[in-house]
Amino acid sequence: MTKTITLTINGRRVTAQVSPRTHLADFLREQQLLTGTHLGCEHGVCGACTLLIDGQPARSCITYAVACDGRAVTTVEGLDADPTAAELRDAFSAEHGLQCGFCTPGMLVAARDVVLRKPDADDRQIRVEMSGNLCRCTGYVGIVNAIRRVLDARKTNAG
Amino acid sequence: MKAALFDYERPDGLDGALALLSRDDLSVRPVAGSQSLGPMLNLRLVQPDLLVDVSRLPELTGIRRDGDHLVIGASVTHARLEDGDYPDVTGGALARVAAGIAYRPVRNRGTIGGSLAHADPAADWVSALTAMGASVVLAGPAGRRTVPMDGFILGVFETALQPGEVIAEVRVPAFSPAARWGYYKVCRKTGEFSHATGAVLLDPPRGVARAVIGAVSGPPLVIDDPAVFTDPARRDAVAADRLATSSIAGDPAAIRTHMVALARAIAQVNP
Ligand SMILES: Cc1cc2nc3c(=O)[nH]c(=O)nc-3n(C[C@H](O)[C@H](O)[C@H](O)COP(=O)(O)OP(=O)(O)OC[C@H]3O[C@@H](n4cnc5c(N)ncnc54)[C@H](O)[C@@H]3O)c2cc1C
Ligand code: FES
Ligand code: FES
Repeated sequence: MTKTITLTINGRRVTAQVSPRTHLADFLREQQLLTGTHLGCEHGVCGACTLLIDGQPARSCITYAVACDGRAVTTVEGLDADPTAAELRDAFSAEHGLQCGFCTPGMLVAARDVVLRKPDADDRQIRVEMSGNLCRCTGYVGIVNAIRRVLDARKTNAG
Repeated sequence: MKAALFDYERPDGLDGALALLSRDDLSVRPVAGSQSLGPMLNLRLVQPDLLVDVSRLPELTGIRRDGDHLVIGASVTHARLEDGDYPDVTGGALARVAAGIAYRPVRNRGTIGGSLAHADPAADWVSALTAMGASVVLAGPAGRRTVPMDGFILGVFETALQPGEVIAEVRVPAFSPAARWGYYKVCRKTGEFSHATGAVLLDPPRGVARAVIGAVSGPPLVIDDPAVFTDPARRDAVAADRLATSSIAGDPAAIRTHMVALARAIAQVNP
């Protein structure tokens, strides 16, 4: 039972054979060798596998690759040249927003969404918006501060 | 945490989907955002032979105004309802409920129809749309029928959907400008499923004074008694009475939590 899908992965057009039961994260990690997308819980709760589908954050563990035919998927590897992601990477380093890094790919994708969609978020809103991403070692203070830093810098630069 | 083998089809139109869903030689299920079905497949709690993707069906992805109703396609995502790019008839109530469901990455894919069909008693749309007096339009081999929300959810993961039927649309009656909406969801963690829900709509020009207690391990409890909005003693008495015959009857802590959820929802509509 395989299906042929054609999708864009980090700007590259890819045609592949997938078994419908293969979720998007396994497809990316094992068939495309893009291991930046991490898997924690595999049932939608921890956020480690969060990536972009057509520019919108999504869980790749409970989205099947076969359902992404025709879509554009962006993983953390595809955000190298993204200006918002670059600001966030610097801020995560400066604010100690990671320790082991396991949650970080999902954190960066979710944080980028907060910066773009909620530019006026206060710390409480940042915490609410980031509540779907679990970190088991850094703690959340550094992560919230990193997002705060990017939002504040953007406001200073805009004003 | 890997799903068992299944096959997958994504027909172009609703008729094609209904034809596949009426097959009785296989176990066939619709799939929309896969945000509830995905976890169940990965945990192998369900092992269908064939999934029919309804998430992109043009008949299920629109939002339109139809007289005094807003008609929401079953495959409209929570995120779209949160963002509000539609002629809202609920004074922001739909957006507020949507924004409290799970987390944005889940809301980007999860759909209103998938949520109702899944019928988790703790799901937000299950309680909220019951309080709004919404109805669902079901499409199946024998045509279409409309079922009021109060009557669609029959139990835990149990609905009025018959084999081969899908939810096509959700019809939400327009609130009057004077309407007041109250919604309170008890959670320990932001974005998780509700432990107890209060959902209330007070809309005097339309003669609506509806209070709903949700997340009761069964269908939402509907209380049509305007006095519960004005008289706290009556509110508690009626709620206690209804909860005493619900599925959580033996659990005093849960009963208390549900009474608090209702009281807090009602507090939001009382100026
Ligand atoms: C981490 C996490 C947290 C969550 N928290 C909440 C929460 O706080 N509140 C809440 O309400 N929900 C929550 N959810 C569930 C989420 O809202 C789901 O999106 C929703 O329940 C199912 O929608 P779906 O489109 O993903 O449906 P799917 O998962 O695709 O399908 C669910 C069920 O509905 C059936 N189905 C789908 N579409 C149709 C249709 N048109 N007609 C008939 N049957 C259909 C499927 O066969 C399946 O049985 C959470 C999910 C996750 C992963
Ligand atoms: S691995 Fe996808 S949310 Fe945990
Ligand atoms: S940095 Fe280790 S889990 Fe978040």
